[in-house]
Amino acid sequence: MTRELIKGNEAIAEAAVRAGCRYFFGYPITPQNEIPEYMSKRLPEVGGTYLQAESELAAINMVYGAAGAGARVMTSSSSPGISLKQEGISYIASAKLPCVIVNIVRSGPGLGGILPAQSDYFQATKGGGHGDYRVVVFAPSSVQEAADLVMECFEVADQYRVPVMLMGDGMIGQMMEPVEFKEPKKRGLHEKSWATTGRQGGERNVISSLHIVAEECYDFCLEREAVYREIAEKETRCETELMDDAEIAVVAYGTVARIAKNAVLKARAAGIKTGLIRPITLWPFPSDIINDYAKQVNSFLTVEMSTGQMVEDVRLAVNGQKPVHFFGRTGGIIPTPEEVFNELMKMAEGEKHENNL
Amino acid sequence: MTQRIICSGFGGQGVMLMGQLLAYAGMMEGKFVSWLPSYGPEMRGGTANCSVIISDEPVGAPTVTEADVAFVMNKPSMEKFEDTVVSGGHLFVNSSLIDETASRQDIDIHQLAATEIGIQAGTARTANIVMLGAYLEKCGAVSEASVMAGLKKAFGEKKAGLLPMNQTAIDLGRQNVK
Repeated sequence: MTRELIKGNEAIAEAAVRAGCRYFFGYPITPQNEIPEYMSKRLPEVGGTYLQAESELAAINMVYGAAGAGARVMTSSSSPGISLKQEGISYIASAKLPCVIVNIVRSGPGLGGILPAQSDYFQATKGGGHGDYRVVVFAPSSVQEAADLVMECFEVADQYRVPVMLMGDGMIGQMMEPVEFKEPKKRGLHEKSWATTGRQGGERNVISSLHIVAEECYDFCLEREAVYREIAEKETRCETELMDDAEIAVVAYGTVARIAKNAVLKARAAGIKTGLIRPITLWPFPSDIINDYAKQVNSFLTVEMSTGQMVEDVRLAVNGQKPVHFFGRTGGIIPTPEEVFNELMKMAEGEKHENNL
Repeated sequence: MTQRIICSGFGGQGVMLMGQLLAYAGMMEGKFVSWLPSYGPEMRGGTANCSVIISDEPVGAPTVTEADVAFVMNKPSMEKFEDTVVSGGHLFVNSSLIDETASRQDIDIHQLAATEIGIQAGTARTANIVMLGAYLEKCGAVSEASVMAGLKKAFGEKKAGLLPMNQTAIDLGRQNVK
């Protein structure tokens, strides 16, 4: 198979097109600009439409419209722009529409900086917009995985009629790695019979985010909750490495998981039994897997490019069985493998000390 | 084998391209590679750098905090990255723009007047390729043929005429580092 050396942002855009995405609406922001740039060239080649909107709000509502018409549609932005899109994402979730949103995260809050961060974890996994809804969040750790997962994003979105987010830090967007574009794995989904593509003598389809009668809104939320439970059951993804005999589990996602992996290998070489748990879906979160390992390991170390966001979900999953430590860098500073290794050494020594008492 | 490389200089010296050529060459040889640019809010004339990893194993952290090889094309880059090189590693210094000598005793320091050598090859703009020639001579993790294949791809058909000059730059880099 041929491999291309390609930037993460471009790989995401190309993979989306190969997955059948024919509409892209967006507004520029660093560090994700190569996505719209690539789409502006590529979509017309396949009979699609690229449109630079006048704002993020306009872009996400164009996504709403295209999704309602049954199209495979995507938007992308970075943190401040994703904040602006939240109202639209809530409406899309309420209208039961599938779409893909890419967030190439930069540091924040506010305008923040343009360097890599993971500080949008809360926003991505805990709602972001208002109301009782969930967004499925995939977090790739390599350019290849970003390409593979964006294809999955469209399938998951269509199968459950939900907005799906691909969240990568700035490094995922900016770095180049070899990519092999695979055939998208089609799930054999039904036609979108609900799409508003013209009545043509049949039933009238209505797409709306308004559920004004309390009982109807109640029923709607419960129906969605059942779907979210099904997603949690079937779509949760997580990768573990060197966990079989691990006494310390490092939990990290995205590129930080790769930095953590270097530290884990270094700690192994120093005789410390560590392993890595890498959530690939951030919602649904792989709580069961982490809970199971809580019975085996002595402690956890969560590593993030934030002041500590995913660590809350790790603690919920561990549920008090074992200590959960945190190491983070934020504001666009990338943690080094050496720093993570030092944390692991401290933990290992602390545990030894406890055992000696 | 894993080689962690930093290419650094100021905008316009072709340090990003140097890194891309190395990553591309590694990929062509079936190795695992990554190329990570610094993309911060740099001033015009400020520093630019990229981190490249060429490995027989899947690449872990794409960041390079300990470098086996560093190219420093200007003075601020030398100040920033000299200490990043691991003991026994290689530091390639563009002495056309950096007048002081590197202070490390535990690494191999290769000083090349890359601008002047580049002019001999045809243009000062091949200074980055001169440095790659020196690298290929001293510690190349990839072959010259793969780097040339990368250049061919980068230039495309339109600029294929530039290939002989770049070949000369590589040759001169090799000769001058001995």
